Amino acid sequence: MAEIVTRAPAAKPWFSGVTLLRAAIVLFALVVWQIMAVSGLFYRGVVPSLPAIGAALMKLLSTGDFYWNLWVTAEEIAIGLAIGGVCGVVAGLVIGGNRFIAQAFEPYLYYLGPTPKIVFFPVMIMWFGVGGGSKIAMGAVSCFFPIALSVAAGMRQIDPVLIRVGESFRAKPWQMATKIYLPAMRHPIVNGLRLGLGVALIGTLLAETKLSNRGLGFLVIQAYNNFNMPLLYAILVVLFVLAIGVNTLVARFARLDEIKQK
Amino acid sequence: MSAARLIAPHWLPPLVGIGSGVLFLAAIELLVRAGAINRFIVPLPSEVAASFPRVITEEDILHRFAQTAWECFAASFLLTGFGVALGALMHRVRLIRLACETWVAAFASAPLVLAYPLFLVLFGRSTMTIIMLAFLSGLPPVVLKTVEGLAATRRVLINVGRSFKLTPAQQFWKILFPSALPTIFVGIRLGMIFALINVVAVEFLINFGGLGQVINELAERYDLPGTYAAISFVMLVSIVFFIVTERAERWLRS
Repeated sequence: MAEIVTRAPAAKPWFSGVTLLRAAIVLFALVVWQIMAVSGLFYRGVVPSLPAIGAALMKLLSTGDFYWNLWVTAEEIAIGLAIGGVCGVVAGLVIGGNRFIAQAFEPYLYYLGPTPKIVFFPVMIMWFGVGGGSKIAMGAVSCFFPIALSVAAGMRQIDPVLIRVGESFRAKPWQMATKIYLPAMRHPIVNGLRLGLGVALIGTLLAETKLSNRGLGFLVIQAYNNFNMPLLYAILVVLFVLAIGVNTLVARFARLDEIKQK
Repeated sequence: MSAARLIAPHWLPPLVGIGSGVLFLAAIELLVRAGAINRFIVPLPSEVAASFPRVITEEDILHRFAQTAWECFAASFLLTGFGVALGALMHRVRLIRLACETWVAAFASAPLVLAYPLFLVLFGRSTMTIIMLAFLSGLPPVVLKTVEGLAATRRVLINVGRSFKLTPAQQFWKILFPSALPTIFVGIRLGMIFALINVVAVEFLINFGGLGQVINELAERYDLPGTYAAISFVMLVSIVFFIVTERAERWLRS
């Protein structure tokens, strides 16, 4: 009987050229930063030393105040994403499912999508007040466009055979939506949500920096107003890590890499 | 009835789209006049339309538009130069590409505009803050699309260049770059859109510069029709910018 021999793939060395280059770039950047900090070429405090930023980061992460503000921002983004996401999915389904409606209204979505949404903030303040409502509205408006456009595009890519199967079973519109369209459009919806999450995050946080007394955006502008530069850098580092991390997680969930490979 | 008769004439959908917009504004006008919507929150659409000439003359919109356009142009110039150069470098040196491409992609998803207080400290409340933020925000798509475009050059074209014994510089300027140009322009266009968004956003946030500042000033004066008119103007500028760059991209691809 022939013996099946399986061979484990050779383990990649952890110190490959790419890893070494990455480490060298990071090290170089940190060294240049530290030299800039101690050189005296910049105004004192503008480029704080790495230990000062590290200490500010540790202090920030060890205070309950930070987590409370993080929770406030996360809540505003989540509600904004939920409202904008539901509206975007519904609009995308309607536009993607009807050619006439798409020709009539999709150009407006397409052209309004890239406009800077922060300019609507004064209007949002008038409509929803200076509290969390206006920030949630900013998040919802920001994420609506990419989600609607992504869902509409995804709807047009559904295999016609699936739609004909649904129609042959005389499925009602809501059955078509829940049994055919939505399952077939998992990737476009999640991809739209990923794009929407990114812009909702920016919209909400920018609104917090402009007019708020809570949230991570407020912490950023408060650190700037107090000229606490180490804290400002620390908050920005945390924000960038959170934003990139969340984006990567959602992308993994959508298995976008698999789609690309196909 | 034949299937051809069911197809709507090509002019009908755009007409329905425009008509719906007009009906929506007419409904708002009626609801505000009837008191169903508070006119201190939503002004009459007719008032907004009437305030356009006032905003254009009193707020010196053309000068502000020129300032925003200049900031966008400067940022676009920088991001084109640095973005294409970085992309070409990453394409040329594979190790750098492998090490940095995912970083550039991650950088694209970072909310860089939130660092505007930091840029205010570094560059002051000036045009430089706006240009630098717009430049950095628009850089990742240019770099990534340049790498993508250069990497997608057809093998046969590269072999033709080799058969003519072109130098690496000639190979780049005569084969790789012309072949990748349509894809590079997609990246530049995306970068320019990001730049415009960030220019207007930062102008609004730091209350300095062109169109973004107008909205902020009018809102702070509680000039509601003026605020809505200025927002409409910014949207119009964005849409025109988007359409022009889209047409240019199509022309380049054809």
